[in-house]
Amino acid sequence: MMRLPKFAYLVPKTVGEAARMMGEAGPSGQFVAGGTDLYPNMKRRQQTPRTVISVARLGELRRIEGDGREGLRVGAGVSLTELIEHPVVNRDYPSLARAARLISTPTLRNMGTVGGNLLLDTRCNYYDQNYEWRKGINFCLKKDGDVCWVAPGSQKCWAVQSSDLVPLMVAIGARLKLVSTLGERLVEARGFYNDDGIDYLHKRPDELLAEIQLPPAAGWRAVYKKLRRRGAFDFPVLGVAARVDAVEGGAVSSARVVLGGVAPAPLEVEAAGAALAGSQLNDETMRAAAEACYLRARPLDNTDHLMNYRKQMARPFVLRALQELAQESRQ
Amino acid sequence: MATNNGHGNNGDGRGPKTKGAGARPEDLKVVGKPFRKVDARSKCVGATKFADDISLPRMLYCKILRSHVPHALIKAIDYSKALALPGVHAVITGKDLPIPYGILPVSQDETALCVDKVRFIGDPVAAVAAIDEDTAFDAMNLIEVEYEPLPAVATIEEAVETSEPRIHDYGDYNNVHKTVHLEFGDMDEGFREADVVREDVFFYEGNTHLPMEQHAAVGHYDADGKVTLWSSTQTPHYVHRALAKTLEMPAAHVRVIATPNGGGFGGKSDPFNHEIVVCELSRRTKRPVKVTLTREEVFYCHRGRHPVLMKSRIGVKKDGSITALDFQSFLDGGAYGSYGVASTFYTGALQTVTYEVPRYRFRGLRAFTNKPPCGPKRGHGTPQPRFGLEVQLDKVAEELNLDPAEMRLKHLVKPNTVTANYLRVGSMGLGACIEKVVEGSDWKNKFRKLPEGRGFGLACSSYICGAGLPIYWNSMPHSGVQLRLDRQGGVCVQCGSTDIGQGSDSVLAYVVAEILGIDPFDIRVVTADTDLTPVDLGSYSSRVTLMTGNAAIQAAERARELLAKAVAEKLSVPVDNLSFAERRVFDVENPEVGVSFPEAVVLAESKYGTIGTVGSYVPPRSPGRFKGAGVGPSPAYSYSAAVAEVEVDADTGYVNVPRVWVAHDIGKSINPMLVMGQVEGSIYMGLGEALMEEMVYRENRNVVHKFPSLLEYKSPTTLEMCDVFTYLVEDADPNGPFGAKEVGQGPLLPVMPAIANAVYDAVGVRIDEVPITPEKVLAALRAKRQGKDARYGPTRTPSPAWPDPLKVPTPAEGGDGKEMPRVAVHS
Ligand SMILES: Cc1cc2nc3c(=O)[nH]c(=O)nc-3n(C[C@H](O)[C@H](O)[C@H](O)COP(=O)(O)OP(=O)(O)OC[C@H]3O[C@@H](n4cnc5c(N)ncnc54)[C@H](O)[C@@H]3O)c2cc1C
Ligand code: SF4
Repeated sequence: MMRLPKFAYLVPKTVGEAARMMGEAGPSGQFVAGGTDLYPNMKRRQQTPRTVISVARLGELRRIEGDGREGLRVGAGVSLTELIEHPVVNRDYPSLARAARLISTPTLRNMGTVGGNLLLDTRCNYYDQNYEWRKGINFCLKKDGDVCWVAPGSQKCWAVQSSDLVPLMVAIGARLKLVSTLGERLVEARGFYNDDGIDYLHKRPDELLAEIQLPPAAGWRAVYKKLRRRGAFDFPVLGVAARVDAVEGGAVSSARVVLGGVAPAPLEVEAAGAALAGSQLNDETMRAAAEACYLRARPLDNTDHLMNYRKQMARPFVLRALQELAQESRQ
Repeated sequence: MATNNGHGNNGDGRGPKTKGAGARPEDLKVVGKPFRKVDARSKCVGATKFADDISLPRMLYCKILRSHVPHALIKAIDYSKALALPGVHAVITGKDLPIPYGILPVSQDETALCVDKVRFIGDPVAAVAAIDEDTAFDAMNLIEVEYEPLPAVATIEEAVETSEPRIHDYGDYNNVHKTVHLEFGDMDEGFREADVVREDVFFYEGNTHLPMEQHAAVGHYDADGKVTLWSSTQTPHYVHRALAKTLEMPAAHVRVIATPNGGGFGGKSDPFNHEIVVCELSRRTKRPVKVTLTREEVFYCHRGRHPVLMKSRIGVKKDGSITALDFQSFLDGGAYGSYGVASTFYTGALQTVTYEVPRYRFRGLRAFTNKPPCGPKRGHGTPQPRFGLEVQLDKVAEELNLDPAEMRLKHLVKPNTVTANYLRVGSMGLGACIEKVVEGSDWKNKFRKLPEGRGFGLACSSYICGAGLPIYWNSMPHSGVQLRLDRQGGVCVQCGSTDIGQGSDSVLAYVVAEILGIDPFDIRVVTADTDLTPVDLGSYSSRVTLMTGNAAIQAAERARELLAKAVAEKLSVPVDNLSFAERRVFDVENPEVGVSFPEAVVLAESKYGTIGTVGSYVPPRSPGRFKGAGVGPSPAYSYSAAVAEVEVDADTGYVNVPRVWVAHDIGKSINPMLVMGQVEGSIYMGLGEALMEEMVYRENRNVVHKFPSLLEYKSPTTLEMCDVFTYLVEDADPNGPFGAKEVGQGPLLPVMPAIANAVYDAVGVRIDEVPITPEKVLAALRAKRQGKDARYGPTRTPSPAWPDPLKVPTPAEGGDGKEMPRVAVHS
């Protein structure tokens, strides 16, 4: 059996206490929520915190408040299952519930949290391997080595943004509340992710993600589509989130299309948004948007499926996402 | 002890002629009924103790350091730091266990820990025993190994061409482990007779068993100097032999107990290094030692499906009858021999037992490469050629404008015949199987008639019911059963067979219960313990139901005879009048005249002393007498036919399989529910092999396994599982217990080609290799649009130096099963 390394485990009862504990733990401290990402990584010695601070007991992080009229506030510690089953989420933000349903498996969703999902480590199949395996390839840039095996000439890590919720959060304009001993700040999901597989968040390690704030639900619709080999378990190797804002009469006033699973950060394809804005969703605009995404998607060979295939799939997946939106608007 | 102790081999070599086999179906009380498995409740409530559940007082934990380089000489190993770590009790290296072993006598090429050379990433180098797993893990990481790297051999082509370095210093030449060349009949004449000759090249990617239970073992060298090994193994008898050899202990001092296997599928059929290692560590520390492999290590144990490149040249007449078949296969064997020589022969053995193949040539080559060793996985060596043959026949049918089902039906091998390569076919229910799936799936209205994107495909297959020969040469029984009856009516059946989830323990209970007229749940089944149970060769080659079933019938009939004589004397009725049913022994003419089963045992024990009987089984002798005739013969062959329905998404290339219809010629179901379970499990495994599973390596990165994890080695989830319509064809085989044949492996075989054929029916492209991934489907669709060959797959095979053929005239040519004398070309 693969074993966890030794570490100290702390269970704060309040957000303030959590922030303080993290301040004390310093750089070797790390938060854990459901642990479905962190613990496997620790077993594989990809991440080796000496102090692990659980956010599971923080009641403040377990709440879902508000609704589609005023906007929704989802505590970072809410489990994916709770999110999926929440009546207000299903009524006012159905695209979010649907996207969350596509994540991993029921048991993992019982443990995994929304916050952990948004902070998920980037993935690469040269990296998501245990220590001995990585020794066999002499490690890589992201951990313990000095070469990127995916792009050996590059100084950058290309590990892939692999959360299903991230592209959707970016597309719908969610905001994230971060807390540390230095205080609180609110950031746009859109500017939160960094296109670097190692340093993939614009977040200091000591900051705790407390809450995710969704905008009021009126005036827009969103959708998420996911490419994966199997109907469960698998991480997205291409994710498509699309949001359209519709004015009276059904024409699209503005739109945002965000690709996940193809780069270290979610990739907003502005040309796709531009192609959709200004007219009703129709075959021509949707195809133009799909083509724009195809051109911008440049996945590398570090996940399941061949990279060219993932690029090619941008076309049908974007098209199908948009067709679904068009379909809904007709209903 | 009064034992009726005759030998299983009753002269004609055909095993016992069973009363069971002759019984009328309506008389059967247990056989043919859907009883639950004897161990079902324990499994369901989690009470079954698997190897990893074993915990003994003072037990130590073992970790094995494995090579992280694919091919290298070991220059030095320094484990002083590991040994100095508090809690570490012993560290051993290859020098401590230098005696080679291997499952086949011809390839004793493994050592428990590498002695001077490592051959793949994952090859074991040193082992630690410590007070807990964490300490063992830390100690393992303190061992320093100095390697002198050697160039790695990554592919079949490289193996054929590379003379230095050689992965092993034995084998045919370069890094070629084994070549075979057999020719049955006049091939030129065969191809001259043909109206159409086709040559196709296929590739079948390697894949692995993926049992839920990771291998685990506990070794205990006790104070009296005897060693016991508990292990999740399918073959305790072969492990017993390997332990005695490598530990240099008398076999009588070694006991192997196979724990219930949480799945095997062939992946636990070799003796494994970790089994030897824990025994040795226990011998040194005088404490029990346990090892539980990680999932990654299970990928390195492997012994799974060989990747096979194939070329098939077939001659057919206009009516679809085959005039000649010339088959070549190239196997990527990985770093060790394992079952590989047998696997190589199996890629050329069973092509002849489904449709008549009057002339047949087979050339096979197995290469050594620096990868985990391949071996037997469900279907052992036959799914690959079966895929090639069944897809090729689909192409033939199209070319000749024939319905592929009808074409096959017309040219079936006849029952009770001998094939061109000297396999004796007994019962043959393939025709009925084809008819069942054709009717059940509404084939006539679906095949070539569905809209673009949807398709139907058909394929058939056959499998052995036990290998005709044991793995090491001997003329002893392949399976032995011992029955002990106690005076309170208890019956204990003891047999070396190993239940790997397939239900072999239950089959023993059903068979004995049927013959003694008692309830199967009254029977205690003791299996797979080399101290307590007579030898059974193991759970491989679909041999257990047929062989232990026959041995159990013999033992039970002998016990019944003793009981019947004693009861007859007591009741003063003729022995022949006695019937055994419902826990009673009674006069069939006056059913109220009788005794209870326990009373019958008391009568017999009073008359004869302690009641124990034995039974055993030896398969019939095969008609083949040529070198290489050992692989393929079997007491009986099972047959299957399948129709698969597919939906192909032309934008994404994804293939969805909503439904499979499968018919299986089981001879006779000992328990139809278990048979259905095996069929459905086979379809499930087949979907994985057909659509996604790949055991692949990064050839440019040290030949490291691409993703040795359950997440990234893609195998279907329950969501990918299709609906299955199962039909059981019961055409009793005279060699089977109650007529039963195998079901553990056969129904897997038609799935992959049926899906490939259905993809062609759906979108008009041929995917001549598995897995049929979306990428390949899209590539073929693109080729089709561009007016190129609407196909994806390999186009060429290597042209190695083949040995001169061993020529064997076919039975039709008047052959006697012996090879023709070779013309001496070289002096
Ligand atoms: C087999 C498998 C399949 C999976 N499939 C998918 C999939 O299909 N799609 C998908 O999106 N994900 C998938 N996941 C990943 C994971 O299960 C989910 O993303 C889950 O939501 C992570 O949440 P968690 O609470 O378990 O995170 P954790 O493991 O607890 O944490 C993840 C990261 O976030 C940090 N963190 C967590 N909470 C906070 C907080 N409040 N403040 C600051 N830092 C925090 C941790 O330090 C860690 O770095 C899969 C995981 C596995 C093991
Ligand atoms: S992208 Fe390169 S550096 Fe990053 S994890 Fe993969 S191999 Fe390592």
